[in-house]
Amino acid sequence: MSDLHTVNKSPFDKNSLDTCLRFAQAGSSILLIEDGVYGAVKGTVAEAKIRDALAKHKVYAMAPDLRARGMTEDRVIEGVGLVDYAGFVDLVESNDKVQAWL
Amino acid sequence: MSEIKNFLYLNRRAPYGTIYAWESLEVVLIGAAFDQKVDLFFVDDGVYQLTKGQDTAGIGMKNFSATYRTLGDYGVRHMYVDRQSLESRGLTQNDLIQVAWEDFETDEQVDNIVEVIEADQASEVLGAADVVFSF
Repeated sequence: MSDLHTVNKSPFDKNSLDTCLRFAQAGSSILLIEDGVYGAVKGTVAEAKIRDALAKHKVYAMAPDLRARGMTEDRVIEGVGLVDYAGFVDLVESNDKVQAWL
Repeated sequence: MSEIKNFLYLNRRAPYGTIYAWESLEVVLIGAAFDQKVDLFFVDDGVYQLTKGQDTAGIGMKNFSATYRTLGDYGVRHMYVDRQSLESRGLTQNDLIQVAWEDFETDEQVDNIVEVIEADQASEVLGAADVVFSF
């Protein structure tokens, strides 16, 4: 068992993703939600951070948040898992606790 | 008689995650209703406000994306987008909605008032404004 880290801020606006990645233990899961989902998109200046993170973590993004922002599935970085609200609940349930990076 | 001023709305926040984008749009519509000269400038995460294909059904929030497409009808003449902000987010003009404009008195028409601009032009736009509203 390990922790689930949530990031809800855009990586271009706040350093929440950076700080999360700095402290999250290897093997823990990271879920991008709300404006955090922009970090899951290919071709941005933040893409390398997520690609590096995928070597140490399972990384997920909330599909409803991506769709709301016009970011289609084909834009998501390979290896990032897409979840819906039920999937969010499953992640919460299968981890020891949730660490939110606001 | 009141003089007409140049209003520039500076949008730097993504939609939905915070209320800034929605609030800006509300104020733009109010300003336009008072027959002022209204331009918009999208910078940083503000460029995300104009992405095509937004579908908010899954998050239970109002999709206000379509409202931007009506701004031409409210007299908004320019919707500038910072090129560097777009490119650093992996986006191009093709990823953005189009907004048509028409002067109902002169029949002058513009197919798309969404214009990607460079930093030096953006500086001029900001400098030329009488009032800048920041969101």
